[in-house]
Amino acid sequence: MKTNDLIMQTTTKVVFFIIFLFSIHIFFAGHYTPGGGFVGGLLMSSAIVLLLLAFDLKTVKEMLPINYTVVTAVGLLISLATAAGSIFFNVPFFTHVYDYFYLPLLGETSIHTAMFFDTGVYLVVVGVTMTIIQMIGGDE
Amino acid sequence: MINLLLFPILIPFLFAAILLFFPKKVKAQRIITIIGLLTALSSAFVLLWKVKTDGVQSLTLGSWAPPFGITMVSDMMSALLVTSSLLIGLFVVWFSFTSIGIEREKSFYYPAILFMLTGVNGAFTTGDIFNMFVFFEVLLMSSYVLIVLGGEKVQLRESIKYILVNIVSSSLFVITVGYLYSVVGTLNMADISIKLADIGQAGIVTVIAVLFLIVFGIKGAIFPLFFWLPGSYAAPPIPILTLFGALLTKVGVYAIIRTYTLFFTTDIGFTHELLMIVSILTIIAGCIGALAYFDVKKIIIYNIIIAVGVILFGASVMNESGMMGSMFYLIHDILIKGALFLLIGIIIHITGTSDLRKMGGLIKRYPVLGWSYLIAAFGLAGIPPLSGFIGKLLIIQGGFENELLWQSIFILASSLIVLLSAIRIFIYAFWGEEKGALDFHPKTYRHLLAPTITLVVLTVLYGVGSEYLVPFMTDATAVLLDPSVYSNAVFGGGK
Repeated sequence: MKTNDLIMQTTTKVVFFIIFLFSIHIFFAGHYTPGGGFVGGLLMSSAIVLLLLAFDLKTVKEMLPINYTVVTAVGLLISLATAAGSIFFNVPFFTHVYDYFYLPLLGETSIHTAMFFDTGVYLVVVGVTMTIIQMIGGDE
Repeated sequence: MINLLLFPILIPFLFAAILLFFPKKVKAQRIITIIGLLTALSSAFVLLWKVKTDGVQSLTLGSWAPPFGITMVSDMMSALLVTSSLLIGLFVVWFSFTSIGIEREKSFYYPAILFMLTGVNGAFTTGDIFNMFVFFEVLLMSSYVLIVLGGEKVQLRESIKYILVNIVSSSLFVITVGYLYSVVGTLNMADISIKLADIGQAGIVTVIAVLFLIVFGIKGAIFPLFFWLPGSYAAPPIPILTLFGALLTKVGVYAIIRTYTLFFTTDIGFTHELLMIVSILTIIAGCIGALAYFDVKKIIIYNIIIAVGVILFGASVMNESGMMGSMFYLIHDILIKGALFLLIGIIIHITGTSDLRKMGGLIKRYPVLGWSYLIAAFGLAGIPPLSGFIGKLLIIQGGFENELLWQSIFILASSLIVLLSAIRIFIYAFWGEEKGALDFHPKTYRHLLAPTITLVVLTVLYGVGSEYLVPFMTDATAVLLDPSVYSNAVFGGGK
């Protein structure tokens, strides 16, 4: 059966970027307010799932030629490397530090090592969720 | 290096993450896995030495104060277990090179093993009861991957059972931790120990103790919760079976011993009596199984269950000899089960069957295999001076000291059944007429034999050199018998 999903496809093209930007927003909101890498990652994968619903697996693979296993691995390494920084300063593992930096456009910004750790979490969540969905979806 | 005790957990994790980048490059996978395991193993040895010289190591993550942050504690018992689990991991990976098959190696086999070792070592090291649940999940997730990898029909059937049982037991674990938290208001194991000692004997604490016994009993395969184990463990190929058989039940056993020496020491008359009865029943069930089957895998798998019973019996008597015997027997069992599974793996490779009745006469062409199997079998049964002897001797001595006459004699008798079940494999497989497909590539045979013989030699050294291990075991026992050593290490010598 061939369904007509023109409306779905057109909306998705716009909505995908809105969800993506929102996931980034939630990710940065993470430290002091609700949010963070895990939720952000789930939002991002939900955006990709929307793409998968609107188009098919093959088209999406052409749009985003990403190997999600590698994304997971990169995420794991980023998280581990951030946490392992504490080993070189000989403080307990996972000890976090933060400071205020002056960034162009953003002004005075607090940068926290937990954010880099969360970047890893974000990537792992996207990687694992998409691997699972692609594997189940591709299995017919 | 205050982070030293984390290295045996972090190094396998790091290498597993690296391996995810190139799953198809088998040669690189093998080399990196071996490098990772050797690095982790050397860090474990350094840790072992550090614990021996400086006492219990503890570290609370993220620089939080002890009862609030997640504490990692490495006492002698966990350091010994971490070292032996990495050792088994190394031998299993070495054995896998020639036996697991290229297809599995390309499908994240080595990363799964390394992630599993991360979980196992984490569970041995953590000093936080909820964190222990997390590490249990890490090792279970990886074991799900390993048990289903390859996708044979029997594997798929058994993995459903395995996953269901473990999901039930994991949810029970969380529920039990919730109960415990509602009573003591803390998750830090050292803190729990102190708070429970203040509470003293209370009905709810005993209930929690029994619940913990059920939770860890499902993982550790005690009677009557071992029903899932023989089928599930027999499904995956030999190297994975070796890893599971040698390590996974020991994590459950470790958790039982840890909670029953650190937390639940106020109502020993009930909880430890129950543990003792259950351990005796476990031994009986294991003995029946070990004699009932003609399948070599099943015979050795039921021997795991017997060993779990023996170790827990030693722990339940709660005196110095019994506890030390348990420690000796625990490490012995990790090594000897590893060796035995690899040995029967070679037998299955050669004959192409795991049915005893279809094999025979191997000793003529494979004498080295035969004699090393015999040594391992004697070691398993505990014939002096091999590795099982000293542990069992001390466990029985502990039993006699507590005037548990019949139970101790029973343990002694069970050794005979263990010997009988192991020797049955020897008689059927190595004596008699040559049967089965005996043509086997000599090079493959040598490659399989090398890690196996090394492991057998290691178990012999463990038995012969047990005199040198006594100081280590004494340290391990001291912490188990006196929880305040553990909590003092966490809180830095007094609260």
